[in-house]
Amino acid sequence: MSTSTIAAPRAATEGARAADASAPALEVAGVSLAFGGVTALTGVDLKVAEGEIFSVIGPNGAGKSSLINVVSGLYRPNAGCVLIGRKSFAAVPAAALASLGVARTFQNLALFNGLDVAGNVAMGLAHQDRTGLFGQIVGSPGARAEEARSLVTEILAFIELTAIADRAPGTLPYGVRKRVELARALVSRPKLLLLDEPMAGMNAAEKADMVRFVRAARDRWGATVVLIEHDIGVVMEISDRIAVLDHGRKIADGAPAEVRDDKGVIDAYLGVAHDDDEIPLELAGAA
Amino acid sequence: MELADFQFFVEVLVGGLLSGVMYSLVAIGFVLIYKTSGVLNFAQGALLLFAALTFVSLVEKGLPFWAAFALTFAALTLIGIGVERAVLRPLVNQPPITLFMATLGLSYIIEGAAQLIWGTQVHALDLGIDDTPIDVAGVFISTFDLVAAGVAAAMVASLLAFFRFTRIGLAFQAVADDQFAAVAVGLRLHRVWVVVWTAAGLVALVAGLLWGARLGVQFSLSLVVLKALPVLVLGGFDSIAGAIVGGLIIGAVEKLGEVYLGPLLGGGIESWIAYAVALALLLVKPSGLFGRPSTERA
Amino acid sequence: MADVAFRLAAPSRRLTSGAVAGALVLASAYLLPPLVGSTYLFEAILLPFLALSLAGLGLNLLTGYAGQLSLGSAAFMAVGAYAAFNFDLRVPGLPFVGSLILGGLSAAAVGLAFGLPSLRLRGFYLAVSTLAAQFFVQWALNKFDWFSNGSASGVVRAPDIVLAGHVIDGPVERYLFALTVVVAATLFAVRLANSQTGRNFIAVRDNETAARIVGVPVLRTKLVAFAVSSFIIGVAGALWSFAYLRTIEPAGFNLDRSFQILFIVIIGGLASIRGAFFGAALIVVLPLALSRLGQAAFGGAFDSGVLELSQRVLLGALIIAFLIAEPKGLVALADRARARALRPFLKPPYGG
Repeated sequence: MSTSTIAAPRAATEGARAADASAPALEVAGVSLAFGGVTALTGVDLKVAEGEIFSVIGPNGAGKSSLINVVSGLYRPNAGCVLIGRKSFAAVPAAALASLGVARTFQNLALFNGLDVAGNVAMGLAHQDRTGLFGQIVGSPGARAEEARSLVTEILAFIELTAIADRAPGTLPYGVRKRVELARALVSRPKLLLLDEPMAGMNAAEKADMVRFVRAARDRWGATVVLIEHDIGVVMEISDRIAVLDHGRKIADGAPAEVRDDKGVIDAYLGVAHDDDEIPLELAGAA
Repeated sequence: MELADFQFFVEVLVGGLLSGVMYSLVAIGFVLIYKTSGVLNFAQGALLLFAALTFVSLVEKGLPFWAAFALTFAALTLIGIGVERAVLRPLVNQPPITLFMATLGLSYIIEGAAQLIWGTQVHALDLGIDDTPIDVAGVFISTFDLVAAGVAAAMVASLLAFFRFTRIGLAFQAVADDQFAAVAVGLRLHRVWVVVWTAAGLVALVAGLLWGARLGVQFSLSLVVLKALPVLVLGGFDSIAGAIVGGLIIGAVEKLGEVYLGPLLGGGIESWIAYAVALALLLVKPSGLFGRPSTERA
Repeated sequence: MADVAFRLAAPSRRLTSGAVAGALVLASAYLLPPLVGSTYLFEAILLPFLALSLAGLGLNLLTGYAGQLSLGSAAFMAVGAYAAFNFDLRVPGLPFVGSLILGGLSAAAVGLAFGLPSLRLRGFYLAVSTLAAQFFVQWALNKFDWFSNGSASGVVRAPDIVLAGHVIDGPVERYLFALTVVVAATLFAVRLANSQTGRNFIAVRDNETAARIVGVPVLRTKLVAFAVSSFIIGVAGALWSFAYLRTIEPAGFNLDRSFQILFIVIIGGLASIRGAFFGAALIVVLPLALSRLGQAAFGGAFDSGVLELSQRVLLGALIIAFLIAEPKGLVALADRARARALRPFLKPPYGG
C-alpha cells in the first residue's frame, strides 16, 4: 500500500477550518432505509461542512452505497431528510440533482458507451441545456455551447484525458474509465461531489493520480467531497473527517486520527462485535 | 340481471377462462425460456406451428398417434439442440434485445422451414375429442374446452414436478435464480438450455395440438404467440403462476369484451383488447401480477 | 489540448470528408437513375427502397439511438399514409407537402400516445406494448371506413401528388420527389443525432440512471424519441403509399412490415444514419435477386410459394448471422472494407 502514510496533521487542521463554516454543504438527518424486510440504514445523521473531504467507510454491506443513493435521490428513505445547501428534502429529486449543484460517480461504472470520452464528459453539462428541439436542429451553436466546449476542454486536460478524448469508453482500461466518470462529474463544477469507490480496481499509481484529482476538486474548484472508499490508507490520507457505518448505523464520526483509534470501529472491522463480517486487509494492516 | 342473462354471462365467462388456459399453455413456453436465459423467445409461436404441422402430416401419412407424437417430439429436441449450438452459444453474454431479435429471425426460419417441408395447405386435426356442449346447471360448457383445460393443467403439473424433483430441473431453478452463480458452481449452462428449449418444444407440441384441433393446422397458428404476449405482460415474463392467472384473465376479458363491448365498438376488438387490459393494469401496478419487481418494468 | 479544442470547435476532417462523400452520393442519386434507369428500376427497387430507408431511419432514432424497442412501426406508417390522404382529401387548397407534414405530425401524435407506456415500461414489456399500436391501428383502419373515405375494404387509390400546380407523374418524377423528401428527413435526422437531444437519446439508452443524475430529462427524452421517430416513419408511410404503391391499404402495414423495418435497422446497423439505407437496400434487393436466381436455377419448378418461404428462411438466417458475426451491421462491414481499401494510401491515423 503506497498510499497508507497518514497525513493526519494537515487533514486535521483543514478539517477544523472547514468545520467552522456555518451552513453545512450536506446534512443527512435521521435517515432510515429498508428494502422489504431488509434494513439498509437506521437513523443515520451526517453533517458535511463546505469544503470538506468527507469519507464514509465501513465493512461490506454496511450501507455506504445506500447512503450515497439516498443523497443522490436514487432511493427514497423511509424516514429522515436530506439537506443540500439550504434545501431540505424528504426524498431528493434525482432529476434535479445536477441543478442543485450535486454530481456523483458510480461504484460500477456508469458511462455512456455510445459516446466518446469528450461526449461523456460533455453530458455532465446536460442539465444546463435549455435550447428547444427546434432550435437544436436549425440553430447554430450559441455562446452557451462555446462556454460548454471550453469547460469540457479544460476538464479533459486537467484529468489528463485530452489524448483520448475521441476514444470510446469501452476501449479504455478500467482505471481510465473511472477517471472519465470523475471528469463527467466535475465538468459542471458541482458544489457537492459524491464519489462511490472512485479507486476500486486501481493500481497504486492510478490511486495516487485519483487522490490528486479529488484534492483538486476541492482545492481548485471548491467542491465539497463525500467519498466512499475501501482503501483505508487513501481514506486516512485524503479525508478531513470520516464517518464509519456498520450494519446501517453510524458508529463513529470524526477526524481520521480519532476514528482510527475508536474502539467501536476497530471492533466492527476486526469482527469482535459480529464475526460474520469480512475484515478488510487494509485496516487490519493499518490498525 | 335476469337469470337467463346471468347464465349467459357465466357461460361466456367460463368459455373465456377455459380458452384462457390455452393461452396460459402457450405463455408457459415463453416463461421457461425467459427464466433461464432472460430471452423473450418470439419463436415460440413458430415452434408451435412446426410441432402441429409435423404431427398432423405424420398422422396423415398413416402413423399412429403416439408414434407421430414421439417423432415430433424428437424433431423438437433436435431443434432445441440446434438452437443452442447455432444461436444461443455464439450469442452468450449479448444483451437480451439481441437475443430477442435472434429469436425473431429464428421464428422466420422455423415457420418457413415447416411449410417448405410439409406444405402450406390447411390440415384438419381431429384429436377424437367430442365438442358437444354439456349442461352444468343451465350453463353450457364445451367438452373440448374442458379436456383442453385438463390437459393443460396436467402439463403444468408435470412441468412443476419436473423442476421440483429432478436434478436437471433443480439445475434449471439455479440457473433461473442466478446465471453467474450457476456457472460458477459448475452447472453446465449449455445442457440446461438444451433441456429448457426441449421442454418449451414439448409445451409447444401440446399447445399446437390443442390449438390446431380448434383452429385447423395452418400458418396462422403461429400467431397464437401474439395472444400469449399480453398474458406475459400481465403475469410477468418469469412467473409460471403469472402465466396461468394472466391467461385466465386475458381469456375471460377477451370473451366478455367481445360479447359485451364488441357491439358498441363495431366488433373485432379481440385483436387488441387483451393488450389494452394488460397495459392498463401495468400502469396501475407496474410490477405486474407476479413477476419479480425488476428494472424491466421499474 | 489545442487539438481537442479544435476538434470540439470545428467539424473534424472526418466530418468534412463525410460531407464530400454525402454530396457525391446525393449528386449521383439525383442524376444517375433518371439518365440510365428503367421503369422497373424505379418501380421495383428505388421507390420501395426510399420509403423503407426512411422508415428504417425513423425506427433507428427510436431503437438504435434512444434504445426503445418498437414492434409497431407499420402502424405509424399507416397513420402517416391515411392521415396524409385525409388531409389531402378534406382540406381544400392544402398543398401536398402540407398534407405530408400533417400526416407525419399525426403519426407523431399517435406515436406519442403509444410511447407513454415507455415512461413506466422497459425492454420487452415496452416492445409488447408497442404491438398494441400495431393491432389497434390496423383494427381502427379496417373498422371505420371514414379513414378510407368510405371504402369498405379500407383500400383506396392514392390521389396524385401535386406540387405548385404541377402533377408529379411517372416513376422518374415520383422518384425525384421521394428522394427530396428523404434527403430533407435525413438532414433533419443527422442534425438531431448530433444535437444535445441526440446525445440525450444515447445517454438514456446506455445508462438511464446516470442520464437522470446528470440532468437529462429522461421522460421527455423518451417521448421526444417516440414523437420524432413516428413523424419520420409516418412520412415514410405516406411516401410508400403515394409515391410507390399509389394505393393505400391497411394490409400493407401489418406486423410483417414492422418486423421488416426492424430487420432493416439490425442488418444496416443500429444507431447509424447510413445503416437504414444499407439495410433497406439489402431487404429490397434480396428477394428480387433470389427470385431471379430461383428462376435461373430451377426454371418453372420453383413456384412462388416455395420462393416466398425460402426467402423467409434466408431472411431469418441472415438476421441471426448478422447478430452473431456483425452486430454493428452492414455499416461496420462497409467501414472496414473502406479502411482496408484505403490503407495503402493513408498515413497511420494521427494520435491514439
